[in-house]
Amino acid sequence: MRRNGPLALIFHTFFVIVMVAPILVVCLVAFTPEGFLSLPTNGFSLRWFKTIANYPEFIHAFWVSLGLGALSSFVALLFAVPAALAIARYRFRGRDALAALFLSPLMIPHVVLGIAFLRFFTSAGLGGSFAALIIAHVIIVFPFALRLTLAAATGMDRTVEIAAVSLGAGGWTLFRRVTLPLILPGVISGWALAFIQSFDDLTMTVFLAAPGTETLPVRMFLYIQDNIDPLVTSVSACVIAVTMTALILLDRFYGLDRVLAGKGDTGR
Amino acid sequence: MSAVAEERSARAPWALTAPALMLFVGVLLIPLAMTVMLSFHDWGQYKGIEPVFILKNWHEIATDPYYAEMFWRTFRIAILTTLLTALLGAPEAYILNRMSGRWKSFFLLVILGPLLISVVARTLGWALLFGGNNGLVNKLLMSLGVMRSPIPFMFTETGMIIALAHVMMPFMVLSVWAALQRLDPQIENAAMSLGAGPATIIRRIIMPQIMPGVLSGAIIVFSLSASAFATPAIIGGRRLKVAATLAYDEFLNTLNWPLGAAVATLLLVALVLIVVGSNALIERRYAEVFR
Repeated sequence: MRRNGPLALIFHTFFVIVMVAPILVVCLVAFTPEGFLSLPTNGFSLRWFKTIANYPEFIHAFWVSLGLGALSSFVALLFAVPAALAIARYRFRGRDALAALFLSPLMIPHVVLGIAFLRFFTSAGLGGSFAALIIAHVIIVFPFALRLTLAAATGMDRTVEIAAVSLGAGGWTLFRRVTLPLILPGVISGWALAFIQSFDDLTMTVFLAAPGTETLPVRMFLYIQDNIDPLVTSVSACVIAVTMTALILLDRFYGLDRVLAGKGDTGR
Repeated sequence: MSAVAEERSARAPWALTAPALMLFVGVLLIPLAMTVMLSFHDWGQYKGIEPVFILKNWHEIATDPYYAEMFWRTFRIAILTTLLTALLGAPEAYILNRMSGRWKSFFLLVILGPLLISVVARTLGWALLFGGNNGLVNKLLMSLGVMRSPIPFMFTETGMIIALAHVMMPFMVLSVWAALQRLDPQIENAAMSLGAGPATIIRRIIMPQIMPGVLSGAIIVFSLSASAFATPAIIGGRRLKVAATLAYDEFLNTLNWPLGAAVATLLLVALVLIVVGSNALIERRYAEVFR
């Protein structure tokens, strides 16, 4: 294959710089020693990271986000794993329609979902509650949990299961001792990807969160609406760090290129 | 005996999917239906929401030029964002694909990684870069001699489009990248051996083959941009409203839920029609590529 010419490499450099610049600038400004927005030209300082401690609402929002992401991804998997096994193994009427329904939260704009959930949970008397947030997040992360579990279940070697059955294993034992360990990498990466999606969601959550159940993106958004100062950059830097951790986890267990390129969701 | 086993295996998939199906019907389909219903309800400053069936909200959206202007702005921003991502993302995917193994996976990570980083953090980055008149972007462009006087990026459509294009770019690169993986590198060599120059190869060999990837990427980018909330809200400020930020305002500031529901319903229906329609067009046009 031919190599890239100089023009192509200049374009590439420009492209990468533009892609990285906004993220880099947030992380850099977070380390500024000044009291205003500026690049840290006079040395680095952790001043604005320490300032976060004076804003308990940010810390509370961080824990809400963390708990919400962990719990909703887990609950989504409780529903997604059996569904993925069914879709991967059986050819039944309505299979395609079911798969389309389960992936539909990817297609519906989050602003519409936010409105629908706000209306629904308010009439159900759950408006602004943590339970409502969990259920809503289960729906939006479900496609991600399903896709990665589905890929693992489709690629699984079924002869191992047949061997286990021939040795007398059945039902729950078969699932717990044979099937689950075999699809576990897919399940864990599904959890991690679902967690990231939940942790980062603003558009839907901003409709549902009330004071006390505000997630970190919502808290940050409401803060930015009033003013932008170095504090919000240091909080953003922390968010980026959490996402990076989940990314590394995802890369270790599954390979990031597979997650992002969505390879295997057709079962190849 | 085998009949029993068969019956069990016919019921098994439904038993396994039943919990998820119930969840989706209960907390996705019903809330969506309720939202559509809500858009037909009445609302007043003092009486709140009245569960009657009227077309008041729809009539208001159809006749008040404010909504026409807002939807047109939403559409314009989404289209320009899509064009920008296609013009920059497709060549970049092509360049990436020609890199050698290690560099390829490194840069793929750098370009696709932002997909998973908070949209609020990424948009905040653009707000910092744009700044006021002496933001970094303006300083850089002026020192490079691209322009004489600073141009405003914050609270403008230009700024919104640039920031949105950055947020959506990974989707376009991914989509074109996937199309490039299906491409046989030998065709390029064959064209070269027949005397085609680089420009001809790109125009006659590469472009037609990655076009489906560009178009399906464009559909994703368009639908996500048209319904984007965080970036327009932060970069656009309170005055430059798009569909998502207007719906947010109606719900959480004005509290006119039925009108907000009508805006959201219209956005959803318009997007579904556009996405399904263009998908069908692309699949018919490029049937041989999808096979």
